[in-house]
Amino acid sequence: MSSPDVPTVPPPQSARLSRPAPETSRWRGSRNWGDFAFRWITAGFAALVIITLLMMGYEMYDGAALAIEEFGLPFIWSQEWDPVQEDFGALPFIYGTVVSSLVALFISVPISFGVAVFLSEMAPAWLRNPLAFLVELLAAVPSVVYGLWGIFALAPWMRETVEPFLRDTLGFLPLFQGPNQGYGMLSGGIVLAIMITPTISSVAREVLRAVPQTLREAALALGATRWETISFSVLPVAKSGLVGAVILGLGRALGETMAITMLIGNRAEISASLFAPSYTMASVIANEFTEATDDLHLAALAEIGLLLFLVTLILNIVARLLVWRTARSAPGAP
Amino acid sequence: MTMTRRLFPISLICALLLLVACGKKDKPAPSGEEGVRGDAAPKNVSIQGAGATFPYPLYSKWMAEYNKINPHIRINYQSIGSGGGIRQITKQTVDFGATDAPMKDEDAKKAPGTLHHIPTTIGAVVVAYNVPGVDQKLNLDPDVVADIFLGKITKWNDPRIKASNEGVALPDKNISIVHRSDGSGTTAVFTDYLGRVSDEWIEKVGVGKAVKWPAGLGAKGNEGVTGQIKTTPGAIGYIELAYATQNKLAFASIKNKAGQYVEPKISAITAAGAGVEMPDELHVSLANPDGADAYPIASYTYMLVYEDMKDHAKAEGVAKFLWWAIHDGQKFAEELHYAPLPEPVVKKVEARLKTLKSGGKVLLSNP
Repeated sequence: MSSPDVPTVPPPQSARLSRPAPETSRWRGSRNWGDFAFRWITAGFAALVIITLLMMGYEMYDGAALAIEEFGLPFIWSQEWDPVQEDFGALPFIYGTVVSSLVALFISVPISFGVAVFLSEMAPAWLRNPLAFLVELLAAVPSVVYGLWGIFALAPWMRETVEPFLRDTLGFLPLFQGPNQGYGMLSGGIVLAIMITPTISSVAREVLRAVPQTLREAALALGATRWETISFSVLPVAKSGLVGAVILGLGRALGETMAITMLIGNRAEISASLFAPSYTMASVIANEFTEATDDLHLAALAEIGLLLFLVTLILNIVARLLVWRTARSAPGAP
Repeated sequence: MTMTRRLFPISLICALLLLVACGKKDKPAPSGEEGVRGDAAPKNVSIQGAGATFPYPLYSKWMAEYNKINPHIRINYQSIGSGGGIRQITKQTVDFGATDAPMKDEDAKKAPGTLHHIPTTIGAVVVAYNVPGVDQKLNLDPDVVADIFLGKITKWNDPRIKASNEGVALPDKNISIVHRSDGSGTTAVFTDYLGRVSDEWIEKVGVGKAVKWPAGLGAKGNEGVTGQIKTTPGAIGYIELAYATQNKLAFASIKNKAGQYVEPKISAITAAGAGVEMPDELHVSLANPDGADAYPIASYTYMLVYEDMKDHAKAEGVAKFLWWAIHDGQKFAEELHYAPLPEPVVKKVEARLKTLKSGGKVLLSNP
């Protein structure tokens, strides 16, 4: 579900493309049979992606048709989810998905950028590769393992230490009120943050490494400090690529199912407090699909899937537009 | 750059080779499987089943044991959930289905033939808890259990919990309710019981595999609820007996219809089955049954088979396997924390199995 086809548009490619590319023209120039076949085979693969996407969309629409007919548009903003009364609405799930992903980004983005800047700009050469490898290793841990760790380590720690502390210090905000149960939006967001940090930081590191060395040298030659070099000449150039890195992370957070299901508390309710349990779209599908026997229940779950598809699509389009805008406005951008 | 240019066509060729290899492998497979011992005396039969996860440990034990006795019959069971089991048997993509909650009549009508419920074993759902400082077994009344899960009793030292637990030092601690977040037969059994003992439960929540819980946190699977109870002081939840026993969680004795506090022992669960008359359709709720020794939160689990099956060899295999399961198979139940079927029920199932047919021919004339 996490959309790996999200555009990163890191400068490395554009930097390479901006150079004259004799290879490309050579490919196009020769017109032998092999090239012809090669071209159509690759085009076929590309078409396969689009066909798969369309077919998935259609299948989900087909499966959801019954619920769409029954509930219509209000399905999107109804807060009821009662399989016994067969009354279904998606808002608590949409809210839970979006807010948990935002919490994850809020925690993960500063950390990931810090990791990326350290790895590409500050760390001594001997440390860079081992450290980068370790960060990427985090991405390879299966999500159910994060979930188990969450149940046995994170949730008790949140309940005994973090949540009481937040309530004592920031308890005047509605975000940090209510009983500390250890399971809820905040715990879910934190585990998502841990899961998307390797994604964001490794892409961000690649982006920063692609920034031409001459820019750094020029800034340093003008008497800029290390901090000024990074914040005034490296980061602005890398801006669009960094946004792309964040989108990749967001894509993973939106679609994550297992770990967040184990920690978010699975309660279809909208609550202002981050301590309160919540529910995500992916979680409710994973939870209820296998045992759903009523046609309407199944259709409602399929419609949730369709909405998750749409929410992911909309967020990706918005992010894509953001990348284009920042890419155009960035100084020194290609 | 040169590297990528060279690698790309190579990887493409690899991908194509892989496709070709897969395509080749596909062809001989189906004929090969049956052909291996095709000419040996009894023909190999492969039977497919799918459905409930709740009886899966017992079913997989049965299938392994049955295969030892009858090596030519291979039974595969996918524990994909009761919903999937019902869907697949209705579409006839499997030879038998399995479900915890009986099929609704309107669903059964959609099936292309007469479907029979075959009760196979009885399982119990226990009310497990984690109350710091309490080592004794707690006694709970039905209305107290219902009000806890309705969110009306919120403290462990509530006078109504104290009333049935004299001499136990119950702490002044909040009750954290843990329920299943995924649709499950366990939830159906538990809510069925709560509905029997509390009118308010029926009114506010209802009975089903997934319900709108008035309070508490949802956890995925028996293992999720178990984990959450274990790590949360003050937690209460409902799980299958096997999980509570294996994880050494404390669980309550529940007051039954006869007014006794009964522990969920195997004998008490079979007693629950004996306390309810099995009707001719061979499915019945065991919630809050009669009987002084009966544990009140228990349920049958069922296999679903068509009365008339198409493939004779498979039909015979299914019928014989079921016959074995309700007789010899019952002895494997207890070690896996399921209760054997009561004798009168076995008799009724026997009669039903003798009606199974294939192409109009009765399968088990003299089993």
